[in-house]
Amino acid sequence: MSSLTLELSADRLAVRRRRRWRNAGWVLLFLAPSALPLLVFKLAPMVASAWVSLHRWNMIGSMSWAGLDNYRDLLTSANTWQVFGHTLLYVVGYLPLVYGGGLLIAVALNQKLKARGFLRASYFVPVVTSWVAVALVWQWLLNPSRGLVNHLLGLLHLPQPGWWTDPAWAIPSVILASAWKDLGFVMVILLAGLQAIPQEIQEAATVDGAPRWRRFWNITFPLLTPATFFVIVISLINGFQVFDQVYTMTGGGPSGASQVVVGRIYDLTFRYGQAGAASALSWLLFIVILLVTMVQNLGQRKWVNHA
Amino acid sequence: MKKSIWPRTMIASVAMIAAGLMAGCTQGSATNPGGDSTGSDGEVTVRFMNFSSNDGHEADLQTIVDAFERDNPGVKIAVETSPFAGYAAKLQTAVAGGAEADVFELPENSSFVSYAQSGALADISGLDTSAYAPSLIAAYADAGKQYALPVSFSNVVLLYNKDLFDAAGLSYPTADWTWADERAAAERLTDRAAGVWGDYQPISYNEFYKALAQSGGSFLNAAGAATAFNSEAGLQAVRWLTGKSGVTMPTDADGANTPDFDTTLFISGQLAMWHTGIWNFGAVMEKAPNLNWDIVVEPGNTQNASAMFSNAVAISAKSKVQEAAQRWLVYYTSSQTTIDTRLATSWELPPVADQAKLDAYLTITPPAHRQAVFDSLQAVALAPVMLRQEEIQDIVNDELAAVAAGRATPEVALSNMQSKVDLLLK
Repeated sequence: MSSLTLELSADRLAVRRRRRWRNAGWVLLFLAPSALPLLVFKLAPMVASAWVSLHRWNMIGSMSWAGLDNYRDLLTSANTWQVFGHTLLYVVGYLPLVYGGGLLIAVALNQKLKARGFLRASYFVPVVTSWVAVALVWQWLLNPSRGLVNHLLGLLHLPQPGWWTDPAWAIPSVILASAWKDLGFVMVILLAGLQAIPQEIQEAATVDGAPRWRRFWNITFPLLTPATFFVIVISLINGFQVFDQVYTMTGGGPSGASQVVVGRIYDLTFRYGQAGAASALSWLLFIVILLVTMVQNLGQRKWVNHA
Repeated sequence: MKKSIWPRTMIASVAMIAAGLMAGCTQGSATNPGGDSTGSDGEVTVRFMNFSSNDGHEADLQTIVDAFERDNPGVKIAVETSPFAGYAAKLQTAVAGGAEADVFELPENSSFVSYAQSGALADISGLDTSAYAPSLIAAYADAGKQYALPVSFSNVVLLYNKDLFDAAGLSYPTADWTWADERAAAERLTDRAAGVWGDYQPISYNEFYKALAQSGGSFLNAAGAATAFNSEAGLQAVRWLTGKSGVTMPTDADGANTPDFDTTLFISGQLAMWHTGIWNFGAVMEKAPNLNWDIVVEPGNTQNASAMFSNAVAISAKSKVQEAAQRWLVYYTSSQTTIDTRLATSWELPPVADQAKLDAYLTITPPAHRQAVFDSLQAVALAPVMLRQEEIQDIVNDELAAVAAGRATPEVALSNMQSKVDLLLK
C-alpha cells in the first residue's frame, strides 16, 4: 500500500515536472520575439563593445590588446572632459526648458479650449518630424545674418547673437531646437498625468476657497510628480545621448564648440579609426547615465508622490 | 492516448523565428554574397561598391557595366553606389562586419595604407599594370605588393564666369595670375547687394596645404616627422584663405560649406571665380548649359601648385570570386569603354600611361581652355601622408574657421595647429 502511494506521488511529481518544463517552454517561445532581438542587437553588442574597449582596433585589421589604456587615455584627455562639459551644458539648458514649456502647454491644453484636439496634435507634430527637417528650419530661423530670430531681435534693438556660427551660442542653438522638438512628448506625458488626478480633490479645494495658484502648487503639482519623474529620467538619458541634432545643426562646430560625447564616439569610430577608444568612451557615458539615473531613483523617494 | 502536439508546434515556431531572424540578419558579403556567388547556371556575381558615380555619373557607370557584362558572359556586376559623405564609414563598417563587396573603391589616397596593412585587400601583384601611369600605380603599392589599381585622377582649377568679368570690364584670368591679381579682381566683381560674390575657395585643410605650396612652404618637414607650416609661407596661406570670407567670399552664415552651395552659386551666375575640381565640369555643363564659363590654372603666390587627387579600386581579400573580380577591376580601370566614357562625360580622368588616349578630353567644350587641366599637372601639391590624417584635418579646419570668423589671429591659429598636429605625429 505504502509503495503504491509512493509510486503514485512519484508519477504525480513527474507529471508536474513535465508540465513545468512545458510551461517554461511556452514562456520562452512567447518571449523569444522580443528577447532574441534584445539579445542579438543590444546585449551582445554591449558585451562586444566592452571587449573592444580593451583593445586597439581600426575596424579594418585585427585587434591588439590594450588593457585599460583606452580608459586611461580618455580620462587624461582634455578633449573627453570638454565633450562631457558640452553635454552637461546641453542637459542643464535643455531640461528646464523642455519640462517648463511642456508643463505650461499641458496645463493650458488640459482646459476646455476650442480646437483643443487640434492644438494637442500640432504640438506633437515636431516629435515625429525628422531631425534633418527640423535642423534645416532652425538653421534658417537662427541664421545670424538672414534668420527670422535675429531679424525680430534687431527690430527690438536687442543684441543679435551669432547662434550656430558662434562658439558661445552653438550649444544654446541646439538646446532651443531640441526643446522645441521635444515639447510635444513632454506635454503628452504630463497631460496624461494631469488627467489622472482625481477631479474630486480639485473640486474639494475649490469649494474650500483655495485660489487657482494654490490648487496648482498644493494639489496638481504634487500629484503630477510621478509623471514629472518619468519625464526627467527619460529627458536626462536622452540629453546625455544627444547626437542627431548636433550632427545635423552644427556638426560639432564651430571649432568643436558644440561637440558632445556621442559625437566624439562617432568621430573616434568612423572617422579616426579608433573603435577601442570609442567603445571605452561609450562605457564611460553608460556609467555616467547609470549613476545619474540611480541618484534620481534614490532621490525620488523624497519628492515623488506615489499616493 | 492523446498525443501532445506542443513539442512539434514549439519546434516549428522556434524554427520560424530563427529563420526570420537569420533572414533579417543576412547581408551580402564578400564571403557570403547574399546567397551564392555562383548561380545554378554558372553565372558569377561580383558585388561592386563605389562612390565616384554618385550624383551624376550613375548612368555612365552602368554603360561600363553593360559593356563588361557583354564582353564577359557569365559575370554579373551588382553595383552599390553611396554618396562620398559617409562612404568611408560605410566601407569601414562593412569590412569590420565581413560584409564588404568583392570589389570596392577606396575612399581616398590616405586610407589605402590602413587597408593594405590590415590585410583587407587582395594582393594583385600578378596583374599587368603597364597601362597605368607609373606614378599612380606606385601610390597603391605597399611593401612591394600591388593592392589596388588607380581608377581615376582629378585636379583643381579656377573656373570663372566670363559674363561677370565682361560686365565688370575686367580681362579674364590668365595662367600668370597671382593671388594679388585674383584678390583685386574678386573685390571688383563682388556685388553683395546683387548677391554676386567674386570668389569661392573652401577654407579647409586641402586648400591649406595647397596654398602653403603656392607660397613655397610645406605641411611637413623633409623627414615627414613634424610640421613645417608655422612659417611665413604658412602665415600667407592662412591670410589668403581666411581673408576672403565675408569680403569677396560668402561666410558660413551665408551658406558656405553646406553641400552644393558653391555649385549652385556658380551655375546660377552669382559667382565670378570658383576654385574647384574638374569633377564638377559635368554638373556645370548639365545644369547650366548656357553659362558662359572657362577655366585657368589656379593662381599661385610665389609659385604655382595645384591639388591632385586619385581614386583607387581594390578587391576584398575575402572575396570568393577573385578571378571574376580581377577581370572587372582591370576593365573598370583601364578598358577603352571606361576611357571613352570618362572622357565623354567629363567624369574625372582615366589613369592611363598613354597620354595620347586623353586627347579626346581636350576636344570637349565647355570649357574652351581644357588644356589648363593638364597644365595644372606641371606643378602639383600632393596631400601629406600621415597616419592620423582625419584628426589632423579636423584640427586644421577648426583653426582656419576660427581665423575666418575673427576668433583667432593667423599667428595664434598656426601656433595652435602646430602644437596639436605635432602631438599626433609623434
